[in-house]
Amino acid sequence: MSHLFMVAQDCNATLKGQVVDYHSKIELNNASILIVESSRMATTDSSGMFSIGNLCPGKYLIEVSHPECTTVLMDVEIRGTTNLDIKLEHHLEELDEVNVVGDAIKNKTKTAQEEQLKLKTLELYSAGNLGDALKELGGVSSLNTGANIVKPTIHGLTGSRVLILNDGVRMQDMEWGAEHAPNIDINSAGSISLIKGASALQYGGDAIGGVIIMEQARVPAKDTLFGKTQVTGMSNGRGGNFNSELTRAFGGGWFVKAQGSYKRLGDHEAPDYILSNTGIQEMGASLKFGKNEFTWGWDARYSYFDTEIAVLRASHIGNVDDLIRSINSGEPSIIRPFTYDLQNPRQKVKHHLGKLRYYKRFEGLGKWNFQYDFQKNRRFEFDIRRGESDDRASIDLDLTTHTLSTDFTWDAKQEYNIQAGLLGRYQDNFANPETGVRRLIPDYNKYDLGAFITGEYKATDRLLVEAGFRYDFTRVDAKKFYRTSRWEERGYDTEFQDLIIEDRGTDLLVNPVFDYHNFSATTGLSYFLVDGSNLKFNYALAQRAPNPSELFSDGLHHSAARIELGDLRIDSETSHKFTTTYHKEFKHWGLTIEPYVNWISDFILLEPADVEFTIRGAFPVWEYRQTDARLLGLDVNAHTDWTNNLRTDHRFSLVKGKDVENESALINIPAANFRNRITYTKTDWNNFEVFLTSTYVFEQNETPENIFVFSPEQQEEVLLEINTAPGAYHLLSLGSQMEFSLGGKTRLTTALNITNLLDTNYRDYLNRQRFFADDLGRNFSLQLKLNY
Amino acid sequence: MKTIKILSLLFATGLFMASCSNDDETPEEVNEEETITTMTITLIPQGGGTTVTFVSRDLDGDGPNAPVITPDDIVLATNTTYSGTVSLLNETETPSENVNEEIEAEADEHQFIFTTGGGLNASTAYADEESDYVSGETGENFTTNNPVGILFTLTTTDASTGTFTVTLRHEPTKPNDGTLAGAGGETDITQTFDVTIE
Repeated sequence: MSHLFMVAQDCNATLKGQVVDYHSKIELNNASILIVESSRMATTDSSGMFSIGNLCPGKYLIEVSHPECTTVLMDVEIRGTTNLDIKLEHHLEELDEVNVVGDAIKNKTKTAQEEQLKLKTLELYSAGNLGDALKELGGVSSLNTGANIVKPTIHGLTGSRVLILNDGVRMQDMEWGAEHAPNIDINSAGSISLIKGASALQYGGDAIGGVIIMEQARVPAKDTLFGKTQVTGMSNGRGGNFNSELTRAFGGGWFVKAQGSYKRLGDHEAPDYILSNTGIQEMGASLKFGKNEFTWGWDARYSYFDTEIAVLRASHIGNVDDLIRSINSGEPSIIRPFTYDLQNPRQKVKHHLGKLRYYKRFEGLGKWNFQYDFQKNRRFEFDIRRGESDDRASIDLDLTTHTLSTDFTWDAKQEYNIQAGLLGRYQDNFANPETGVRRLIPDYNKYDLGAFITGEYKATDRLLVEAGFRYDFTRVDAKKFYRTSRWEERGYDTEFQDLIIEDRGTDLLVNPVFDYHNFSATTGLSYFLVDGSNLKFNYALAQRAPNPSELFSDGLHHSAARIELGDLRIDSETSHKFTTTYHKEFKHWGLTIEPYVNWISDFILLEPADVEFTIRGAFPVWEYRQTDARLLGLDVNAHTDWTNNLRTDHRFSLVKGKDVENESALINIPAANFRNRITYTKTDWNNFEVFLTSTYVFEQNETPENIFVFSPEQQEEVLLEINTAPGAYHLLSLGSQMEFSLGGKTRLTTALNITNLLDTNYRDYLNRQRFFADDLGRNFSLQLKLNY
Repeated sequence: MKTIKILSLLFATGLFMASCSNDDETPEEVNEEETITTMTITLIPQGGGTTVTFVSRDLDGDGPNAPVITPDDIVLATNTTYSGTVSLLNETETPSENVNEEIEAEADEHQFIFTTGGGLNASTAYADEESDYVSGETGENFTTNNPVGILFTLTTTDASTGTFTVTLRHEPTKPNDGTLAGAGGETDITQTFDVTIE
């Protein structure tokens, strides 16, 4: 206080006032008010009041700061006793923080199991894909079709049960197919949050598996220009990728950000052979611009993603005898010399995403958001076909989605935070008949309406409670041709005869219109114990309407030599998930234990059920059915800082899936796995870091029974080992990284990574190509990154 | 406020786009061009005798119904050499499509494999080669001499019963030893017939 009495002569004006929080109007204690010209300073008392006396009249620049708020500069004219009320923004981490590295990621839920992937980790996967990057997190595995098609699996669930939010837009990219990877450029994300369950109701009520939230790095609210360029080269696939982005921010909140990436790889290699036809070409570009001010703002974003993925040639087979041969031979039936060519079978997908968002903050009340987004997903799948049809897609789908959403967050009160929102969505799927192949997915229109309210309440300094409720209405209006023989075999002629709008003899045109009303809810609490540890408990109720594949699938999948059949009778599935998180940081080590149980009634699953004979031979029939399932799991994370330079990380994930109705194992449940990593860092040596990772994946010993099929080739019933899981495997990988300053803010980062260091032969239970070939062999990748 | 105006205009455009798409349109039926519904084997005895013809027909393609084989009894004469032909049709199209033409045009990528089993006293041999057919790609006859199997011979010896299987493989290893395992590739069509030699 002493400088308050540094009296200047002939000056007796006084500046007094109060500092309050912008939202809650709560008086801020301990805020500093500095008169820049004279270095005179005062601090607010418990009622937010301050006073600086003995000032000469005139214009001053004052700086107001508070430990939890953004610092504000303002011009003030002081004459006599001048009153000044100052509002400070109390959400430092949320808004104006200059945070281009994506370090301060806000939790989306307060009580659910949630983890983050930071930019630094994401950048290592620049030439990889989203699914592989997410496996850095506990409880995450993936359903693969080779190395390029990787679907994230959370706590044993994947596909439509995992929502992906790409900068606030829920991806609509035909996630229903097991061989459909998310159409996202991993390079466009600044950070990723993963919620293991359906607790984040604001994003959707059907996230029985979880939610993946990809966010953009925040653009600083100052005049600046920065960017980065990344080049990665890989030995396995003999290619790499290039990514570059540039952000320009102007004063007044205006900004523009552009990003583009290109990836090209040829055939991948297993330790013993070339995996023929497994190359990829991928392109991503995004442009975002807008105006971000504290009180209001808008932004527009367009992103484009284009991928062409070759699918292992040996995995395209004719009938069940071909499948038996592949399983027994232990080696792919077709091994050719290395090539960059992408031949059939292959997929080609283009995804357009456009988004417009507007927000406004209301003083002392909260923030209002309004968003429209548009997505167009065009998917081609090319098969091995006879004659000139080779260049014509066998699957040609065009999925268009429009979404309007709005929400309001009341965050004015310190203890409360309430968010409510509405959503409307229209989706149109068009299956091109020019393919000359019967449609696997029919033409349909889908309408969604949703409303939610979520809230959190800080009961005490230690206890936080949250709860939410959501309702979703879904209408599917499809037009589909059924073979009359299939219609009758399914028994639809007794139940759904009224859906027929046209009988063309061998085919029926059917118009199913199905409505689904889904409710979801969540409640949970987070408690900080006296010893500093954190205990969280969460319950989430989620309901998911069946996707078009589950309802309408009807046809032969050559890639797997199977006939897949949906069922019109399938109704929504309901999940009850209970999770507990215990987290404690000790001085030199930390521990997180996350057990969970997920009861799903009417769980929709796809399983080999039967065999059908056609003139092509016999095919296993995979049928969608509903049952009651239980998933029980545990994720454990621990880390130890042995010295300032040496750290180890340990992770164990286990999930057990059971069909409780039939007392049998669930299909495609990830095997237990154990990961250990030792990291040595030396900041003095240009941020040198080296780490060795060991991943041990156990054999999945709980699988459904294999089926017996009649083999025309062998003229007898044979056991088709379609459900047998491959053995356990252990992989080592080594990585190292260094950073060099090139003057100014230019930095060069080099990273060398070697995966499958020992070139181990292995196959993974969740890789659909495990019947045909080994997984990837050793890969060296070298990455150069330039930040400027 | 100008930005708000622009935004509302864009939203309105979005809504308009959403509402004007035509959802009452009846989808066009897919013309299944690649299905093979029918395989006919014709066996003409060399030196005279009764021609034997048998057919496997699966009119619902990949649908649930199994193929139907006619006739029920396939009877061949003892100690006879038959000249055989395989004919493939797609009868889901009207008029039905002759699939043989496509096989011939890609003779180098296809091969019929003939196998006998269950103690049937019969052997088969190829009676054609790729160079008999005109390549769809070049418009000229193939220059390679690997067997195709649209034409074949079947020679019977003593009276017996067993099976005769005809398999069409797409992209097999060529040349091969004429066995299913040796040929590899993927099966386009396969049918086993119960046969009596008497």
